[in-house]
Amino acid sequence: MANSLFEEKLNSGEFIITTEIGPPKGVDLTEMIHHIDLLKDKVDAINITDHQSSVMRYPSLGGCLLVKEHGGEPIFQMTCRDRNRLALQADLMFAYSRNVVNVLCLTGDSVDVGDHKEAKPVFDADSVQLLEIIKTLESGYDTAGNELNKAPQFFAGASVHPEADFIEPQLIKFDKKVSAGARFFQTQGIFDLASFRRFMQYASRFNVKILAGIIVLSSAGAARYMNKNVPGILVAQEIIDELASVEKGKGLEKGMEIAARFIRKIREEKLCDGVHIMAVGNEHIVPEIIEASSAVSVPSR
Amino acid sequence: MIVAEQKPLDEIVRMITPYENVMIIGCGTCMTVCNAGGENEVSFLHDALRLAQTRSGDAYHNFYELTLKRQCDPEFLELLEERVSSIDAVLSLGCGIGVQAIAEKLADTPVLPGVNTSFMGMTKESGIWDERCAACGDCRLEDTAGICPITRCTKGILNGPCAGTKNGKCEANMEMDCAWIQIYERLERLQQLEKIRRYYPLRNFRAIPRPRRITSVASDVGGGKSG
Repeated sequence: MANSLFEEKLNSGEFIITTEIGPPKGVDLTEMIHHIDLLKDKVDAINITDHQSSVMRYPSLGGCLLVKEHGGEPIFQMTCRDRNRLALQADLMFAYSRNVVNVLCLTGDSVDVGDHKEAKPVFDADSVQLLEIIKTLESGYDTAGNELNKAPQFFAGASVHPEADFIEPQLIKFDKKVSAGARFFQTQGIFDLASFRRFMQYASRFNVKILAGIIVLSSAGAARYMNKNVPGILVAQEIIDELASVEKGKGLEKGMEIAARFIRKIREEKLCDGVHIMAVGNEHIVPEIIEASSAVSVPSR
Repeated sequence: MIVAEQKPLDEIVRMITPYENVMIIGCGTCMTVCNAGGENEVSFLHDALRLAQTRSGDAYHNFYELTLKRQCDPEFLELLEERVSSIDAVLSLGCGIGVQAIAEKLADTPVLPGVNTSFMGMTKESGIWDERCAACGDCRLEDTAGICPITRCTKGILNGPCAGTKNGKCEANMEMDCAWIQIYERLERLQQLEKIRRYYPLRNFRAIPRPRRITSVASDVGGGKSG
């Protein structure tokens, strides 16, 4: 039996589309609510990021509750950067108690890349250990071996970096995440379908669902900046060239076109179970990308 | 060894402001090797403080120099009490342990730190020291090909590299090697990749209930006991 609507949809075999919303810095939630309302019926689930790039924001779990209240399906992004094992377990129990059961388990970016560089990094657990923590809670115990009065149940996922420049250790970590209980993966940004195909040849032997990460780039400059400064992003040179080929001010339009093209190809080739669209601050354009990606009729799976 | 850096001069000047007679005490061991607080640095700092005093037109302080063989060892602190009888404050260029050892010895004299104690490391080349051990009390170097992820991975994680590594470097600092890529490469060379495939559970931080103490007696062959 599926633990969530998102799990049920992934199991149905239909092509799944998820996206993500970064909460605001501050307590005016108007724009986030607007984005939730805009996206909740266009996608199968919405990730809420957890202080993305280590920039302090409104909490992921708070955002997930808002998605729930507005009738959407949230995916709780949980990093190990800011919580020790007590806080991780407490937040997981809180999430479960409020019907937030899709959890994306991440180690978390270094505090050095964020806006609170002097903060104490926690990393009491890593992403693999967080998945094991979830498994432990689901078995009715906490990580100290004490019995819970009721065990929560989650639908746990993780991330993987199919285009890492040194892939072998990333694949080993992927194996470890699968063994630790990850049942779905949202990948880091995919910019090279050939290498993604190679990754899928490897990953398809595991009984897990894979959503290809699609990052919507707004300009060649933004892509170069991300390559230099954002952990886990490696935009291929040919994509940068393509973005650079358009006149100034048309970058985002081109980025949307590229994203739609990738989604269409992934869908047509049935490369994986779906896509995860990351519009990084441009959440409002996601519906347009989805529409553009399905402009060409695709055979259903 | 322990590696430290001398504090900025203006911070030291501010610290010593209330004290007329200040004894600068160097340390003959680690602080001498890392050029942060040996006999030479005591002498240089003495000159710098005198110069700063002349420039500011404030000739209030008198400075005295002394370098002990080791500040962290009581036997070298024995004679200290006599030497400081007319001293208002000690400025120690020892590591944080040296500062505290002197403070424990001198109940009535303020002891000020002249260096920022940085890490336990090794000499990479002349004038460059690299951190290598976090003294976590639970050594895993057997599993990680002799490369410590607790110390050398910015996140100190145990189950392989995060996704932030690029060109073999760390997301936190592009000059810094990714410890997990180094561990992978060395395990591969040693034909021990099964060690990185293994799951490593949550660390036991009780191995480091601070502050730690190790007791060892002559009959207790095989080293120390922590408690």
